[in-house]
Amino acid sequence: MLELVFWFFSAAAIVSAFLCITRRSAVASALWLVSTLFDLAAIFVLLDAQFIGVLQVLVYAGAIMVLFLFVIMLLDLGREGRTDMKGSVGQFVALALGVGLVVELWVLKRVMDAEGGFAAQTAAFQLPEGELARMTEAQGAIGIIAAPLFRQYLVPFEVTSVLLLVAVVGAVVLAKRRL
Amino acid sequence: MTPEELKGLLLVSSIKIGVVFAVIMIGVIMIIWVERRGSALLQDRLGPNRVGPLGLLQNVADGLKNFTKEEVMPLQADPVIFVMAPMMSFVAAMLLFAVVPFAAPLPPFDVTLPLIGHVVHEGPVAMVIANLPVGFLFILAVSSIAVYGIVLAGWSSNSKYAFLGALRASAQMISYEIPLAMSLVVVLLLAGNVPLGDIIAFQQQTTWFVFAATLSWLLFHVATFAETNRMPFDLAEAEAELVAGFHTEYSSMKFAMFFIAEYTGLITMSALIATLFFGGWDIPFTTWDEQEATNWSFGTLFRVGMTNLFFIGKTFFFAWVYIWVRWTVPRFRFDQVMHLGWKILLPISLGYIVVMASAVLVLERLGMVHDWKYGMALFAVNVPLVALCVFGLDRDRLLLGARLRSQAET
Repeated sequence: MLELVFWFFSAAAIVSAFLCITRRSAVASALWLVSTLFDLAAIFVLLDAQFIGVLQVLVYAGAIMVLFLFVIMLLDLGREGRTDMKGSVGQFVALALGVGLVVELWVLKRVMDAEGGFAAQTAAFQLPEGELARMTEAQGAIGIIAAPLFRQYLVPFEVTSVLLLVAVVGAVVLAKRRL
Repeated sequence: MTPEELKGLLLVSSIKIGVVFAVIMIGVIMIIWVERRGSALLQDRLGPNRVGPLGLLQNVADGLKNFTKEEVMPLQADPVIFVMAPMMSFVAAMLLFAVVPFAAPLPPFDVTLPLIGHVVHEGPVAMVIANLPVGFLFILAVSSIAVYGIVLAGWSSNSKYAFLGALRASAQMISYEIPLAMSLVVVLLLAGNVPLGDIIAFQQQTTWFVFAATLSWLLFHVATFAETNRMPFDLAEAEAELVAGFHTEYSSMKFAMFFIAEYTGLITMSALIATLFFGGWDIPFTTWDEQEATNWSFGTLFRVGMTNLFFIGKTFFFAWVYIWVRWTVPRFRFDQVMHLGWKILLPISLGYIVVMASAVLVLERLGMVHDWKYGMALFAVNVPLVALCVFGLDRDRLLLGARLRSQAET
C-alpha cells in the first residue's frame, strides 16, 4: 500500500519535473515546479520525515515559488512562448551532455552491483525499521530536528545563518543604488 | 493494525470529515449573514431582511442565483488556470481546518454495526480530522499556498485590475507570513511542541496563551487579517481602486467559490486564534472537561458537547471581531501595509522571541512548575511589553489621538 503511494508520487514528481522544463510559458513552468515540490514533500512524509515535508511546502512551494511567480508576472514573461533555447549547436551540446549523464549513471550502477548492490552499500546509513517513527512519537516532529541542530551542530548552524545574512545584505547593496 | 481497527479509523475519519465540511459550509452561510446584518447594524441601516426570518435565507437565495448565472470567460484568458484558480483557493481554505481540534475526545469504542461489521477504536477518539505531528506548521504551509488561487486568478484573467490585485496579494502574503510564523515561535517555546492538541493541553495546565503570550496574540491576529485578505488589508480586492481586484473577471459559481473560500478562511483563522491563544475547546476555571474519556456515559457525551459549544462560541466571537474591524477601520495604503509588515511587525516579533526565550529560561532555572502561576508570571512579563508596543508605536495617532482631537474640538 505504502509502496503504491511512493510509486504514484515518484511518477508524479518526474512527470511534473519534465513538464516544468519543457513548457514554453514561464508561469506554466513555475506551476509544474510547484507540483514537483509537492510530490517531493509527500515522499518526505512517506519517509516519516513530516517536518522536512512540511518545510518543503512552507518554504519552497509557499514562499520561494510565490516570489518566482511574482517576478515572472512583474516582468510579464508568462504569456508569449519566448524561449532561450540556442540554435542547433546548443541543442547538440545539450544532447551530448544528457547522453554523458546517462552513461555516468549506468557506470555507477555497474560499480555498485559489483560491490554488492545498493542495499549493502547504504546499510551503514540506514536507521532500523520504524526507528524514526518511534523517535517522532517520543520527542515530537520538531524535537528530533531541533535538538541536534541547536546542541551538537550549533556552530555550523550559526555560521550558515551568518552566510545567508551576508548574501541578503549583498543582494540589497547590489540592488539599491542609494542606501 | 487489525482490519477492525482500520475500519474503525476509516469510519471515524469519514464521519468527522463529512460533519466538519457540512458545519463549515453552513457556518459560511451564517457568517455571511452575520456580516451583512452586522455591517448594517454598524452603519445604522437595516440590511437584508426580506428572505426568510430576519433575512436568514438571503444567502441561500444568492447561492441559487449564482448557480443560474451565466459563466463568462475573458477572450484572452488562460482557460486552464482561469478555471483552476477558484478551486485552488477553495481547497486550500478547506484543508486548513483539518488539524484544528474542536471538542474533548470521545471514549474508545468496540461495536458491531449493520453493513459495516465489527469496528474497533483503541484509545480516545480525538475530535480532530488529522492529528498531525507537525501541527500548526501544516497550517502555515497550507495558508502559504492559499495565495496561489488569488495570484493565478489575477494573472489568468488578463485584465489589468485583476493583475494588479494579484501582484498586491502575492507581495502582501509573503510579507505577512513571516510575522505570522514568528509570533507562533513563542507559542512553540512555551508549549514545547507543535500539535494543536498538545498546545491545548499545555494551556489547560497553565493559563491560556493570551496571558502567557499576549503580544504573540496581537501580532498573530494582525497578520491573519492580511493572510485572509480582510479589511483593513484587503488590498487585493480594493474595490475603490481595482474594481474588484483579483476576481474582477469571475462570474457565477467561480466567483462564489472565491467568496466561500474567503469566509472559510475567516472561520478557520478565528478557530485558530481560539485554539492557539484562548484554550481551544477548554472551558475556563474548570477541570472536569479535561478528564480522560474512558466509557460511554451521559457525562462524557455532555462534556464533549459542552467543550464543542465553547469552541464554537470562541470561534464565532473572533469571526465577529473580523467583521467588526472590517466595518470600522478604513483600508491601508499599499506602502503602509508593507511598512507595517516589514518594519514594525517583524522587528517586534523577533525581539519578542528573544525576551520570551529569556523569560522561559529564567522561570525554568527558578524551578517553576507548569501551573497557573507560571502563566501569570509570563503575563507579568507581557504587560509592559504590550503597553510599550501599543503606546510606543501609536505615538498618539490612533488610540489617544482620537480622544485628544475630540477634546480639542469641545
